[in-house]
Amino acid sequence: METLIQQILNGLVIGSVYALIALGYTMVYGILGLINFAHGDVLMVGALTALQTMLFLMGFAPGMSPVVMLTIALAVAIPVCMMIGFTMERLAYRRLRNAPRLAPLITAIGMSFLLQTVAMIIWGRNYHTFPQLISTTPMQPIEGVFVTPVQLTIIGVSALIMIGLMLLVNKTRIGRAMRATAENHRVASLMGVDTNAVIAFTFVIGAALAAVAGVMFASNYGIAHYGMGFMPGLKAFTAAVLGGIGNLGGAMLGGITLGLVESLGAGYIEHLTFGFLNSSYQDIFAFIILGLVLIFKPTGLLGERVSDRA
Amino acid sequence: MISLLEARNIGKRFGGLQALTDVSLTINKGEVYGLIGPNGAGKTTFFNVLTGAYVPDGGEFVFNGSELPSGKPHKIVGRGIARTFQNIRLFKELTALENVMAGHHIRTKAGIWGILTQNRFTREEERLTTERAYEMLRYVGIERFAETVSKNLSYGDQRRLEIARALATEPQLLALDEPAAGMNATETGQLKTLIEQIRHDGVTVMLIEHDVKLVMGLCDRVAVLDFGRKIAEDVPAEVQRNEAVINAYLGGGKHAH
Repeated sequence: METLIQQILNGLVIGSVYALIALGYTMVYGILGLINFAHGDVLMVGALTALQTMLFLMGFAPGMSPVVMLTIALAVAIPVCMMIGFTMERLAYRRLRNAPRLAPLITAIGMSFLLQTVAMIIWGRNYHTFPQLISTTPMQPIEGVFVTPVQLTIIGVSALIMIGLMLLVNKTRIGRAMRATAENHRVASLMGVDTNAVIAFTFVIGAALAAVAGVMFASNYGIAHYGMGFMPGLKAFTAAVLGGIGNLGGAMLGGITLGLVESLGAGYIEHLTFGFLNSSYQDIFAFIILGLVLIFKPTGLLGERVSDRA
Repeated sequence: MISLLEARNIGKRFGGLQALTDVSLTINKGEVYGLIGPNGAGKTTFFNVLTGAYVPDGGEFVFNGSELPSGKPHKIVGRGIARTFQNIRLFKELTALENVMAGHHIRTKAGIWGILTQNRFTREEERLTTERAYEMLRYVGIERFAETVSKNLSYGDQRRLEIARALATEPQLLALDEPAAGMNATETGQLKTLIEQIRHDGVTVMLIEHDVKLVMGLCDRVAVLDFGRKIAEDVPAEVQRNEAVINAYLGGGKHAH
């Protein structure tokens, strides 16, 4: 029973991070029909930028309170990632807006390599210890179930961000323009929406979410690395597909579901396989799910809006 | 008469097809101007070039005394030209109200900072946008469907919603692409009343339409396109008698009469 509760809790934590990343995938897909495979690497840049900022602050003002330090690190990492998102769209994807679908997809993979390589040049090939500024001392709310303050922070912050994003998209002027553009960007522009600005904005918001997710991810595992974006990026893509790519609620549901399945799977895989596999095989669950969803319900749990283009 | 829109030698080619050739016309403030012609004559292409959906190969549009930017649809909307579509193109997943509010986008200013902080300006602007959208829905007579997702509206109401959305951009020139297509006689009659009301309220109307009765009953002047060229422009009664027009519609050549 303790294992079950523990794994559900762990699943919620990692699922929240997946959900934040998946939102970036799904927003861009919803509006452009593009799968931005460089999205995971934006997360990596966010984490490493935050790390760099923290290291600088530790040398500069050693006595600074951890919360302030983390806030400053985020305040640097988020704009950096926003700039990267903006630049990617402006320089690469915008030119391919009317190209066959394969062209932007391959470009996205190229962007991913580019970001990784640049990060490797800047930060080297080694794993870096990520300062865990929020306490990682486990608490025991229930006998045998451990939860750390950093995990609680991740769940709380993610929930707030997701609520904020839903309000932004469904209740505001820019959100309305986003939804109109997602349905049909030619018609949206003929109705007075500056679709280039809306698309750029979508990339920027997605990148900001990735920056936050990157800092969370690195804080949770205490490690940062130039290739760290690949796996969570792929998992979050799976989460977006699972929820129904193009659908915001779907990305959240998919992220949490994937986190739970993965975590529960990792917790019980030894029992299930009679000790043949152990929890280091937890990654297979995400991809088994991806395969099953694509075979049996390609539109995902909540389904994609089917919209025709002008 | 003050001219509102002047098209000068507009040309548009698609590969080997010359869709528009040297089309020039002038629309005066306050009139209802019809654009007719057989299928494939280039009427919708003209709308697409006018509204920036296509970039013309030649010629220019002068609107309110200055040239329109080509290929920048949202800027053209900003200058005061709005349109509807021959085959309805609503934002289907948005409610009727949201469709109209999206149309009002260009007239609002709230930036990202205002939206994130929800300052007084942003809240006030959003309130006015909502109010105005309700007003537009009432204007075209579908206020009771404000909260309905637009794909669930009846065909006739979808056509009305398109007009409301276009009006929400606060146009000086409203370009209607076959607004009566697929409507029965009653609906067409209501549409006629609506267009007359729009003109009465100070919006100039440009109309592509196949319904001859509607065109003749509504339009002050009519231009006729055939194979991408303007072959006539006159008051409806004269156009009906014009030999070139009759030939174009009946498919005749020199020997047809």
